[in-house]
Amino acid sequence: MIFVGELSDIPVGESVRVQGSVAIAVFNVDGELFAIDDTCTHQDASLSDGWLEGCAVECPLHAACFDLRTGRPSGPPAKTPVRTHAVVFDGDHVYVDETVPVGTEVTAGLASGLVS
Amino acid sequence: MRDVVVVGASLAGLATVRALRDQGFEGRIVVVGEEKHAPYDRPPLSKEYLGGTASEDEIGLTGPDDAGLDVEWRLGRTATALDGPGRVVTLDDGERLTADAVVLATGARARTLPGGNPQGVHTLRTLDDARALRADLLPGRRLVVVGAGFIGAEVASTAAGLGLAVDIVEAAAVPLGRALGPEMGTACGSLHEANGVRLHRAVGVAGLSGDPRVTGVRLDDGRELPADVVVVGIGAAPNVEWLDGSGLDLDDGVVTDARGCTNLPGVVAVGDCANSHRDYTGDRLRLEHWTNALQQPAVAAAALLGAEHALPSHHAVPYFWSDQYGHRIQFAGHRAAGGSVRVEEGDPAASAGAGFLALFLDSSGAPVGVLGVDRPRPFGRWRRELAKRV
Ligand SMILES: Cc1cc2nc3c(=O)[nH]c(=O)nc-3n(C[C@H](O)[C@H](O)[C@H](O)COP(=O)(O)OP(=O)(O)OC[C@H]3O[C@@H](n4cnc5c(N)ncnc54)[C@H](O)[C@@H]3O)c2cc1C
Ligand code: FES
Repeated sequence: MIFVGELSDIPVGESVRVQGSVAIAVFNVDGELFAIDDTCTHQDASLSDGWLEGCAVECPLHAACFDLRTGRPSGPPAKTPVRTHAVVFDGDHVYVDETVPVGTEVTAGLASGLVS
Repeated sequence: MRDVVVVGASLAGLATVRALRDQGFEGRIVVVGEEKHAPYDRPPLSKEYLGGTASEDEIGLTGPDDAGLDVEWRLGRTATALDGPGRVVTLDDGERLTADAVVLATGARARTLPGGNPQGVHTLRTLDDARALRADLLPGRRLVVVGAGFIGAEVASTAAGLGLAVDIVEAAAVPLGRALGPEMGTACGSLHEANGVRLHRAVGVAGLSGDPRVTGVRLDDGRELPADVVVVGIGAAPNVEWLDGSGLDLDDGVVTDARGCTNLPGVVAVGDCANSHRDYTGDRLRLEHWTNALQQPAVAAAALLGAEHALPSHHAVPYFWSDQYGHRIQFAGHRAAGGSVRVEEGDPAASAGAGFLALFLDSSGAPVGVLGVDRPRPFGRWRRELAKRV
């Protein structure tokens, strides 16, 4: 488990980057938290710097859009999904669980539910 | 519409084919491409591919999702003439392709120095160019880059990383001055010296020495820079000469409206070869930028199919990026004549290496462009902010 921070450290519409086995980006979409690998699968850009549009993030370099729930790109230039990770809460503490198999559709961590 | 011929098998041509299929076109598509390679991505040619961190496989543009495109490829074949009103494309081997619609996506080619070139002198536009250049960039060699534009700067950066000694010769007093203006051109140009690459400004090239292989670059101030390898990065010219006599309006590229439509029905032009009206600037611009070549085709395909396709508004703002010495330069919008620059973050005068964000203002003080060095997040916000002008 990687400690991300207090829930209040990640405002709605914002993202933070944490270091797991690779860099991971955690997004707050209207109170639902999602975690994906931070590095775009197309080239070398940090998705936590990207633009949140609903439940997708647009890469800040070439504008590939990734669905935060599945990691799948909506079209070129990215061809490969990013890995998604489970977000887990312990009270107000937010963690990322990197152990969930790659490609699994992960349900969002809800600030109110899911206590590890 | 049953038959489409696409001339040019690179980013813009492929993006048009994908867009036509996405938008429901089920007819025949023939794509003609002068290069023998399947479509590949050019930006890595001066960066990851040249530096040896990306393979030819990795820079391929087509993927498994393209299996259903159902295209007849004519690779290694050149279109030599177009009968515009009749929409007949003639190829170098005499084949004549008649179509209901013709897509021009022939891009641009690197400009060269006048006269014959000794061995060791390169331009960089194609995969074959990049293969040849890569084989020549051996550690310890002396490289002279002619032209401090984006491609020249990227080659210098990559070559320095490979362990070559690098000089750049730039005819203008300020590198990138036309695109970025004096202050910001100077700031971005400062990355060279900060990384041990010598930048010679305001000096022209008088000629190349060496036979059969290059040994030096003679400057017009009388100096000679020793060189084992030379890269000429002095801009690109649109591939449109073959369209002379086609009936198309040509002016530094194929003249089109905002949707890519030419003066002839059923003929569109996209990507680097298209000099298109841009809603953002309110005039015609030929953009030699990757994002334009990826996105303009969806609009042109819709126009051919008699439909509308709207891009997200921030995509209407001209955009490009460049990677140099581990720094990411991003620019969106344009630089207005008589405008000024306002630095929002960082200090470009201190060193571009620490990153900064600057806005380009028009003469009334309104932001019309944004430049970021290692500032992707605020850059993205400003790119969207600028889109509100359209
Ligand atoms: C080394 C390099 C680095 C770059 N880096 C960046 C970057 O960092 N950022 C950025 O925004 N942009 C960058 N670009 C620009 C970007 O690659 C181009 O904007 C883009 O490739 C344009 O795509 P296109 O399909 O319009 O044209 P092109 O990619 O030029 O393709 C045109 C194709 O048409 C073929 N062709 C031409 N004439 C004929 C004919 N008569 N018959 C048949 N085929 C023909 C050509 O052989 C070519 O394959 C870079 C370009 C280069 C060369
Ligand atoms: S690096 Fe993300 S789309 Fe290219």
